[in-house]
Amino acid sequence: MVYQSFLIKYAEIGIKGKNRYIFEDALVNQIKIAMKKCEGKFHVSRSYGRIFVDAEEDYDFDEAVNALQHVFGIVGICPMKVDPIVPYEELAKTAVEFFGEEYPDRNTTFKVHTRRLDKSYPMNSQEINNELGGVLLDAYPELKVDVHDPKITVNIEIREQIYMYTHVIPGPGGLPVGSAGKAMLLLSGGIDSPVSGWMMAKRGLKLDAVYYNAPPYTSERALQKVIDLAGLVSEYTGPIYLHNINFTEIQLYIYDKCPHDELTIIMRRYMMKIAEMIAKRTACGALITGESLGQVASQTMRSLECTNRVCELPVFRPLIGFDKEEIVTISKKIDTYDTSIQPYEDCCTIFVAKHPVTKPVLKVIERHEHNLDAGIEEMVQRAIETDEILVVDANGSRVFKNREDPLQPWD
Amino acid sequence: MTEHYLDNSATTRVFPEVAELMNRIYLEEYGNPSSMHHKGVEAENEIRKAKDTLSGILKCQPKNLVFTSCGSESDNFALIGCARANARSGRHLITTRIEHPAVLETMKYLESEGFEVTYLPVDEMGLVSAEEVADAVRDDTIIVSIMHTNNEIGAVEPIAEIGKAIKEKNPHTLFHVDAVQAFGKAEIIPKKMHIDLLAASGHKIHSPKGVGLLYIADGVKIHNIIFGGGQQGGLRSGTENVAGIAGMAMAAGMLYGNLQSDTDKLYAMKEHLVDRVTKLRDVHVNGPQGRDGAPNIISISIKGVRAEVLLHALEEKKVYVSSGSACASNRPHLSETLQAIGTGRDYMDSTIRVSTSVMNTMEDIDACADALREAVPMLRKYSRT
Repeated sequence: MVYQSFLIKYAEIGIKGKNRYIFEDALVNQIKIAMKKCEGKFHVSRSYGRIFVDAEEDYDFDEAVNALQHVFGIVGICPMKVDPIVPYEELAKTAVEFFGEEYPDRNTTFKVHTRRLDKSYPMNSQEINNELGGVLLDAYPELKVDVHDPKITVNIEIREQIYMYTHVIPGPGGLPVGSAGKAMLLLSGGIDSPVSGWMMAKRGLKLDAVYYNAPPYTSERALQKVIDLAGLVSEYTGPIYLHNINFTEIQLYIYDKCPHDELTIIMRRYMMKIAEMIAKRTACGALITGESLGQVASQTMRSLECTNRVCELPVFRPLIGFDKEEIVTISKKIDTYDTSIQPYEDCCTIFVAKHPVTKPVLKVIERHEHNLDAGIEEMVQRAIETDEILVVDANGSRVFKNREDPLQPWD
Repeated sequence: MTEHYLDNSATTRVFPEVAELMNRIYLEEYGNPSSMHHKGVEAENEIRKAKDTLSGILKCQPKNLVFTSCGSESDNFALIGCARANARSGRHLITTRIEHPAVLETMKYLESEGFEVTYLPVDEMGLVSAEEVADAVRDDTIIVSIMHTNNEIGAVEPIAEIGKAIKEKNPHTLFHVDAVQAFGKAEIIPKKMHIDLLAASGHKIHSPKGVGLLYIADGVKIHNIIFGGGQQGGLRSGTENVAGIAGMAMAAGMLYGNLQSDTDKLYAMKEHLVDRVTKLRDVHVNGPQGRDGAPNIISISIKGVRAEVLLHALEEKKVYVSSGSACASNRPHLSETLQAIGTGRDYMDSTIRVSTSVMNTMEDIDACADALREAVPMLRKYSRT
């Protein structure tokens, strides 16, 4: 066990004023959850604006780092060598050895950065920086000092023990999951929606998700694909409650009663409406969609105006200004891409018209929607009643509420 | 709601008798057939019995049979093993465009290894003519591979005629037959049909997945493709799947024991379904009609309906069929077979396959026809605009 501890760096939450402790507690909590999945025992603690993850027994380094890289709020992960407080001469010896192990190629620049919190230590930070820099130069003559822009910073922290680290492994950034509340993600099974959920979770949201299935037009495998996607996102967010809504009846009714080129828009309006109804029932404060401006007919500015009109909650569209390529890059990074491209049809595409409207006029859409007046309210109610709720995490899914079960008040 | 499983060309339900036998082997005769002690001998005896049954059916010697893990392995073994062993006599192979991917993809691999492959076309019934095969055979043709029964449309190739024509043109050319869809449903006597290699699979005949069979005629030069402990005379290493092998033999014995009456029953069901579905408008039944086609495969194209949606609509009535070829249906692409028989584009995406077995009854057929009669007009009403 070379590294007995990790120093966790977090940027943004350090500047949140009085709320800081809330964010720090949330981060510590998320780290604890993440480390539970790893082999070995870890102790997570907070002191003087730092979070430490101490290994209490043997552990798998790669696994631990990977787990930490899935915790939003972490900016950097620094694997540390931990030693008891010893006199400077011994500290210097250890530092030289440690540096040698960390950097076999020493044709580089460095500086030493010391933080002395234990003021009883006989040398102050500046003295240690200078002395230790000299010792390292003596030991490794090919090294050069660069105090302004060094390639390597040798960090020494003197607290109740001596901590040493030179590497900072990047974390995912963002804010701890849940620190910003909870929102409802409209999850389709495509490339965009899991990415947009991931992005909002990165800003501190806990996620619930809603999926619309339309048997026989969509298959059991399409649902499985969405479960798999939710499972992949849940590696960052923790368990996701996935609401599986049967949409066939509404979809066919719209097909019967409304102009076909407006089908997608009207359908999406009802998807948003239902999503909002579930969101409100489950204490979600916003909706999240994967829309990206102009990507398809239903995502033009005018189309978004039409779909936006049906809900009161804010709708977060983190991908609105992203190119498809940029979205694909993130989906590959978070590992959802290969699942997203499985060719199972989702209910957005099954009846898509050859030439759907790209500049729908809200008033016209609303007028055509009146064709649905006779039955739509009941159908929406029925759809919500059939909500099947699955709890999805990285290990799979379990049914939380069967389709046939009555709805319970949410707590 | 009762289940109506009509996807028997994808896989079958294991006969209860077979499951019972296998259960006994798993729990009692679980020995390794290579072990020296009693448990080993017991297991070896099960394999011996299985070989006796199967060689009786194929009218060959037990030593002509090798067990594999599946039909695909049997095809791979036959083609790769014989191509390698006979490469010095020639590097040319012949097959058809409508073979199963287990053959077509293996052919592609052999092409990458420097072999030359001729892909023969088929007529609108999916049939290849013996004459055309013979015309394609050259001095350096080492293998001709032709399926017995096509898995998508049930075309039954004139195997005996083809075999004869090949051998007349070049007696050294090996004739491989992928009989995965035919074994258990048609009488196949390799020797009489000039077949040198024949592949079959357990799970298509009411025995378990994970067991396949390859018949290898006397004197055929073949290299093994799996190396190890030298089981099965060194031809196919790996501890034998004793229960699976015994199960496959038992199922085959049951099917061949009733072949004539079962065939009549299957044809009656096929006829009934065709009668009923052709009452719907714009419906086309693909491949050879009536007794010219396989008794158990019915390929139906329904204009204006997407096969995948229709499949799920039938599923809601617990009627299970497949769209196109089930083995390939997780990769929606245009079916090679349907293209080869000249199916129009508006029918291509609209083709379902109903495949029956001896475990089905007329009730299943009626349930399927009823479900189609209900679903088709509904699905035609709601289509992409």
